[in-house]
Amino acid sequence: MSIRTSRIPAENTAQAITANRLSDGSVIYLTAKDNWSERIEDCQSAPDPQAAKVLLHQAQRHAANGHVVGPYLFKIEHENGTPVALGRREIIRTRGPSVGTDLKRPI
Amino acid sequence: MYRYDEFDHAFVAERVAQFSGQVARRVSGELSEDEFKPLRLMNGLYLQLHAYMLRVAIPYGTLASHQLRKLAHIARTYDHGYGHFTTRQNIQYNWPKLEDVPKILAELAEVEMHAIQTSGNCIRNITADPLAGVAADEVDDPRTYAEIIRQWSTLHPEFSFLPRKFKIAVTGAPSDRAVTRGHDIGLRMHRNADGEPGFEVMVGGGQGRTPILAKTLRDFLPVDQMLSYLEAILRVYNQLGRRDNIYKARLKIMVESLGVEALAELVEAEWAQIPDGTLDLPIEERQRIAAYFAPPSYVDLPDESSALDGAIAADASFAAWVESNVHEHKQPGYAIATISTKPHGGIPGDASAEQMEAIADLAEQYGFGEIRISHKQNLILPDIQKTDLFALWQALGILGMSAANAGRISDIIACPGLDYCNLANARSIPIAQRISERFSDLAREREIGDISLNISGCINACAHHHVANIGVLGVDKKGTEYYQVTLGGVSNENAAIGSIIGPAFDEWQIADAIETIVDVYLQQREVGEKFIQTYQRIGPQPFKEKLYASD
Repeated sequence: MSIRTSRIPAENTAQAITANRLSDGSVIYLTAKDNWSERIEDCQSAPDPQAAKVLLHQAQRHAANGHVVGPYLFKIEHENGTPVALGRREIIRTRGPSVGTDLKRPI
Repeated sequence: MYRYDEFDHAFVAERVAQFSGQVARRVSGELSEDEFKPLRLMNGLYLQLHAYMLRVAIPYGTLASHQLRKLAHIARTYDHGYGHFTTRQNIQYNWPKLEDVPKILAELAEVEMHAIQTSGNCIRNITADPLAGVAADEVDDPRTYAEIIRQWSTLHPEFSFLPRKFKIAVTGAPSDRAVTRGHDIGLRMHRNADGEPGFEVMVGGGQGRTPILAKTLRDFLPVDQMLSYLEAILRVYNQLGRRDNIYKARLKIMVESLGVEALAELVEAEWAQIPDGTLDLPIEERQRIAAYFAPPSYVDLPDESSALDGAIAADASFAAWVESNVHEHKQPGYAIATISTKPHGGIPGDASAEQMEAIADLAEQYGFGEIRISHKQNLILPDIQKTDLFALWQALGILGMSAANAGRISDIIACPGLDYCNLANARSIPIAQRISERFSDLAREREIGDISLNISGCINACAHHHVANIGVLGVDKKGTEYYQVTLGGVSNENAAIGSIIGPAFDEWQIADAIETIVDVYLQQREVGEKFIQTYQRIGPQPFKEKLYASD
């Protein structure tokens, strides 16, 4: 997987909420239905800082109720209407390790 | 091998039960994450980018075959079928589920292992020379003392909340294979003029953002006074170490600001307060622990093996493996074999469940069932008859683990980096893969010879890049991964911190840069010179000129 470019987000970039699932640590995203999904495509986008604040508050309520760990805002952009993560760290969280999880030399 | 006594079994079982309850209370919502986090960290459970990560201690890097089989079983049953060996002689699992962790800890307890003190501001896993007990140049087996320190430091009530994490390494040999000067405390055993064994005590070493080599606090500490002296150092550090600034909290910062002479005075004064006989072990107890590490029943053999000599003459690939991966044993007719976890293009430190099980079998078939983990992320079979080396090498070939590269340029230490780690700024593993593929020609690797190349994905320096001949540090520059190169680091008894050679390279330039560095060495070296010797003779300038020629 190539992660050759990762653009610097502009000031007023859209944001979404990510966290880790309590049970297995999986990367999850807060959805428009106030639920959580493993797919970034399902994330609820906050177009401005005010909306982002509301989303974060919502996510922190989930964290307080358990099952979700460490929610935070991250920057996204839309490509053909689909949200994609900005920044290398979040791209890697979205896709998984760039070196794969399996050994290169199976027996 | 040390075996748990009743006390060890009881407290590990107690911790498993406690953590099971803590996980249950976390899942039920009774514990918040803020309450649970310090508890899980005390049991080696981190939350990384994609999943939990469980770090399991391998005390002084020594494993029995049944323990390695258990690690394989855990990898297959609870994880993604592999484990990752680290520079602190630990193993990490990258994908455990929270609810499975108590079961994993219970399985580890069955084979006398645990994950206690693999995180947090306490005394971490005690590391040692991976060739302990078998190296030809050894004064005494350091594992006896590492085990005594392990018992003293485990759940030590006074030292469970130190200003910062605390790392201790022990070696019993003049050749330092444990990076002792890179630790908070390094102990190097030697003999005084009367032939009595004692330790050179080095303090205040560490890597991270402020790399500092440990300084000698005491030239000779009789082995029977080790614990009380360590206790004195830890007490002084616990009182005076900075808790207000995480970046200044390690012992190394305290040693730098106080000066080693002033620290020695404080330690001596504290030591004098500890009544004789309250901490140091009586000789019978030391001998009891030493007996666990008694040499196995070696067969009397001639040192030369005609079978080995014949195989070396007949098979050039095997000869190359012997040259790089086989080390001299103290016992005639035996050898020490390094099993590389670094095939060209592979992930340094990773081993699959199948590989771990097969190595456990080989350790029993050709050795005495013992395996070592080195800080270079390789596995070591310490007791192989020379006559068996060819059969062992063939078996390793089937496992994809016969790379003839121990101590060579593709024997890269790499941290998990940004592919897994929450702290990383840049990826390490793909860079290691790219560089090792670049040097996949065996003849070229042999031509380059002994060299060390370590890659860390952030300034925390888990891959020891500061003390590598060629160090690579991943940094983030405005959203792009860059790799800063240091040259001249050394991790052995002549330890040195490398110096930054110039501006960093991006991920597509770094393999070329390494190749340029190697080319300068090959052009400039004198007969018989290793990379580090050439660098020390000619300095950084010729490397700089070539690397930045077009700038």
